[in-house]
Amino acid sequence: MPKPKVAFYWCASCGGCEEAVVDLAEDILGVVEAVDIVFWPCAMDFKKAGLEEMPDKSITAALVNGAIRTSEQEEMARLLRRKSQYLIAYGACAQQGGIPGLANQFSREQLLRYVYEEAPTVLNTAGHRPAPQFQVDGHAVTLPEFRHRVRSLDQVVEVDYYVPGCPPTPKITKAALGALLEGKLPPKGSVLAPDIALCQQCPLVDSKPQDLSLAEYKRPHWAPIDPEKCLLSQGFPCLGPATRGGCEAVCIRGHMPCTGCFGPTSRVKDQGAKILSSLASTLAAKEDEAIVKGLNTIPDPVGTFYRYSLAASTLRGKVA
Amino acid sequence: MNPISTHSSAATPPAWQPRIVAFFCNWCTYTAADLAGVSRTRYSPSARVIRLMCSGRLDPQLVLAAFARGADGVLVGGCHPGDCHYLEGNYKTSRRFHLLRRLLADLGIDEQRLRLEWISAAEGEKVKSAIDDMTEDLRQLGPLNLPAKHAEWDQEMEALETEVKEAERLAAQTAPQTGIPITECTNPEPSHA
Repeated sequence: MPKPKVAFYWCASCGGCEEAVVDLAEDILGVVEAVDIVFWPCAMDFKKAGLEEMPDKSITAALVNGAIRTSEQEEMARLLRRKSQYLIAYGACAQQGGIPGLANQFSREQLLRYVYEEAPTVLNTAGHRPAPQFQVDGHAVTLPEFRHRVRSLDQVVEVDYYVPGCPPTPKITKAALGALLEGKLPPKGSVLAPDIALCQQCPLVDSKPQDLSLAEYKRPHWAPIDPEKCLLSQGFPCLGPATRGGCEAVCIRGHMPCTGCFGPTSRVKDQGAKILSSLASTLAAKEDEAIVKGLNTIPDPVGTFYRYSLAASTLRGKVA
Repeated sequence: MNPISTHSSAATPPAWQPRIVAFFCNWCTYTAADLAGVSRTRYSPSARVIRLMCSGRLDPQLVLAAFARGADGVLVGGCHPGDCHYLEGNYKTSRRFHLLRRLLADLGIDEQRLRLEWISAAEGEKVKSAIDDMTEDLRQLGPLNLPAKHAEWDQEMEALETEVKEAERLAAQTAPQTGIPITECTNPEPSHA
């Protein structure tokens, strides 16, 4: 029997998800033995033309990481969708837009102007900008279009499964690959991770009081963290209550509050709104002035609550 | 769904009517709205009222969903501080409201589009003034119309679909047998000397 074919691809991503595949360590040998890797341009020499030649649906599963920002990424997402039986959004960016999705707070013009003209380290007196088409010595060169919005993978093509995390942990990756290879798959559209809040996996959960009553919120570098006590109860905005478990609280074990990379559970649609709700209600203040003062200790609500999910959130970014 | 117009005369164009989603608590504000009704109080028809047991039950996800589906404003009505039927619910509402308003402002939704009013069961008149005031504020701001905005954002992807289909059509015409397109290579083969 021929081995199942697997493809890996990256879009707007940092490379951490590719690293996460290699983080399987010795287990990757088992993966390589069980599957044929037919496309993985980050790690091996494959060409787009080779992918185009493959019959449609001939790849068992394509794991795509990164958000979608350019027309090229869009095109590759569509191509991989056509060639694969299962398209898997691998990692927070493909699932929800991730960190690149935070760019949806700015217009394309603002971004290009800053990056190519105004950034302090840039010298570009002629004001050149990347152009989708350009003539050099009589040759036409092209670049992909830079889209106005960052998108999650499922905002561009149909996605079968999601593997969450920034990046997904080796255990989650292994479980997802195992489920794929053995055909033990949950209903289409599922996130391949436990459907429980992170607090349920947190080693500090027993120290979480029933009712929290905070005067203000602290940023991790503002105060020493007590490693034995629930970080929320110490006043650090921890996204655990509104985030899916499965990472086994790696950040909290490293004494850092959860920033929400595993996304919401299946019962929640908008992770940012949910943690906003949960966090704001922990404030002790009752008078408007004291409430505003307490809440102002969260300097950047969008970046804190939607760190990985802005592009896929209800509003999808800044609307005006 | 089209905005509901209050004017039907053919001579004057119908005035734009803002759409407000109003979340009222069962014990105070909703009862006040009932009072406004039985008192025959006249107020703007722009609000669609949804009754909740407590304003503290309002999940911020629903406020965002209302905007995303075409609301121009969201009005939240609860018991006065200290009067909550469940003791603390309206304080939680107040905290969430302030943070949500800041978040909305950061995402380009004017603060006036989200409004919180404490209206007791006896304050039928306040239901009228809150809805009328908010309607006037929203008229000044104009429509938010997020569904149209989101649809506009996604138009940029349609161009590519047309382009890719066109390229595939051309490729099928020009080179029906060869799979890999042959490109001209100006550099000679690298020698491995």
